[in-house]
Amino acid sequence: MFNRIVSGIRSIGHRVIESIWRLGLASRFFMLVLLKSGTSFRRFGLVIRELYYSGVLSLIIIVVSGLFVGMVLGLQGYETLQKYGSESAVGTLVALSLVRELGPVVAALLFASRAGSAITAEIGLMKATEQLEAMALMAVDPIARIVAPRFWAGVISMPLLAAIFSVMGIYGGHLVTVIFIGVDEGSYWSQMQSAVDFRFDILNGFIKSCFFGVAVTAIAVFEGYNAPPTAEGVSGATTRTVVTSSLVILGLDFVLTAFMFRGVS
Amino acid sequence: MQRTALDFWVGLFVLIGITALMILSMKVGNLSVYNTSQNYVLTGHFENIGGLKVRAPVKSAGVVVGRVTDIQFSTQTYDAVVTMSLDSRFPFPKDTFASILTAGLLGEQYIGLAAGGDEVMLKDGDKLMKTNSAMVLEELIGRFLFDKASESD
Amino acid sequence: MPPKTLIEINDLNFSYGTRAILKGINMSMSRGQVIAIMGGSGSGKTTLLRLISGTLRPTSGHVRFAGEVVHELDRDALFSLRRKMGMLFQFGALFTDLSVFDNVAFQMREHTSLPESMIRDLVLMKLHAVGLRGAQHLMPAELSGGMARRVALARSIALDPMLIMYDEPFTGLDPISLTVIGNLIRRLTDVLGMTSIVVTHDVQESLKIVDYVYFIADGVIAAEGTPQQVRDSIAPFVHQFVHGEEDGPVPFHYPAPTYQQDLDLDPKEMPVV
Repeated sequence: MFNRIVSGIRSIGHRVIESIWRLGLASRFFMLVLLKSGTSFRRFGLVIRELYYSGVLSLIIIVVSGLFVGMVLGLQGYETLQKYGSESAVGTLVALSLVRELGPVVAALLFASRAGSAITAEIGLMKATEQLEAMALMAVDPIARIVAPRFWAGVISMPLLAAIFSVMGIYGGHLVTVIFIGVDEGSYWSQMQSAVDFRFDILNGFIKSCFFGVAVTAIAVFEGYNAPPTAEGVSGATTRTVVTSSLVILGLDFVLTAFMFRGVS
Repeated sequence: MQRTALDFWVGLFVLIGITALMILSMKVGNLSVYNTSQNYVLTGHFENIGGLKVRAPVKSAGVVVGRVTDIQFSTQTYDAVVTMSLDSRFPFPKDTFASILTAGLLGEQYIGLAAGGDEVMLKDGDKLMKTNSAMVLEELIGRFLFDKASESD
Repeated sequence: MPPKTLIEINDLNFSYGTRAILKGINMSMSRGQVIAIMGGSGSGKTTLLRLISGTLRPTSGHVRFAGEVVHELDRDALFSLRRKMGMLFQFGALFTDLSVFDNVAFQMREHTSLPESMIRDLVLMKLHAVGLRGAQHLMPAELSGGMARRVALARSIALDPMLIMYDEPFTGLDPISLTVIGNLIRRLTDVLGMTSIVVTHDVQESLKIVDYVYFIADGVIAAEGTPQQVRDSIAPFVHQFVHGEEDGPVPFHYPAPTYQQDLDLDPKEMPVV
């Protein structure tokens, strides 16, 4: 009995030490990526290539999901608001939910599973097939040449994708409520415009998505670069990227929201 | 993939993203109406602001002309001091009447401005002299019941 | 004329934690030589290559490359030293996102400011040397194992290094590709005047092309000599290795307690075998 308690405490201790060690490793790696980012900006072609893979290829899923999320919001919002006779406020509901929360958060979650996992798998496989070591032996730093461009491409893509998601959602809501159901077009837009504030809603949503972009790509490149060089290692790292970034996105969202909308209605 | 095709798609992606940001700012956020660089600030004292909140719109004839930027309680006059920021494109006469109104029966509250006939216009930092407090539903109902009761006497 | 010795290894020790991998290795390699390092799996051959390239730091002793002690260099000096080295990995380690042409051009683009037209000529020359000029537009995934290794070879000679290290270049190749790679190693070494270190356990193929052989077992040099000396050697270890015998100085069994102890058997109850 006593032994069991001791070993239980020991395993808790082991896990804590392990995760702190990993956190330290991740922070150190993040610093290295930032320090070695010079190459990415001197040779911007490297980042452009990665923008294609993380940004352009995520576009379809972002556009389609944004459209559907907006349509659902419009439909549900209309059903509820109609009971109170204020269905003209549906534009406000759709826009505020998208711009403040759903746009940055859902786009980041999709981005983590679409682009984040791809980044991890690619870097992990490059490591497993000794490409990173080969590069280091050719006197080319793999962090500067491989990791940093992917990181910056992700950081640039994320806010753009979140904005596209929100706009698609607002037009999706427009499609359902104005064109299908018949809410007045003018009130859809004007109610939205009078309720949505540039600085508080749109700028804050934009800042949120920048944070998410940094978090998701930092996790993705870290997991890839530190993946054990085996098939299971890479697949485990890919799963961890999606799980960790999703949790970090949601946690970070709460913290950022608390900071940004504190004291304001 | 060919380098030129890659550049094209990335360029297109960035353009779409920036357009989306512009739509959000202009069409959704209505940045064009609410431009922080050309504003003038007015204050007004209200006996009761009801449910008015910071960032509530300031409307005149139903058009948004500015926003509430601050709400304070004054210990000198024991009423609410509301600061609002108005677009400089919309000057109002000195005797403009400000009242706290409600959008619909249960909707959000906003400040409605009704222009007066004075020749002199309000300047930055001026105080609105004529204000009308928020309608508080409980008071209305109370008054209505009181009137009914006195009628039936 | 530069000094003839390119690499000098003095009393090199390396251990992972408490596990000693290399114990007091001494080697000397000259320009123009093909040197084979042989030994069983897990005998520390690949570790030795990593010590020469400076990826790992020795526990004690040193590796001297072209007169410079590798592990004492700072990062920049180490990187400029590595430009004089090439490394061929077991499965080629080609960059999968780049075409054959771009793989070979990689180092030229990273380290030189040569105009693109000159890079094109140089890449085609290197690819021609390994017989794959026609494959320049293929992606690494479209190549066979032998072709991938030839492209990797072309890539590692891109900047005309003084040294190329081959990590198991013969593993998993068909007999034709095997001969092709073997002959390429020999020919490129002679033509470019560089030094080649071949880590391998393919005895027959490598004995055909090398100048000198080191056998590593248990972290020490068990035997060394020219191919002729190795073939004629009667030393039990070399004999076992060259002829691929199952048991000998390299035991079949990993060191373990006695079989009886491990199975928890009382020696008295053991059946007499």
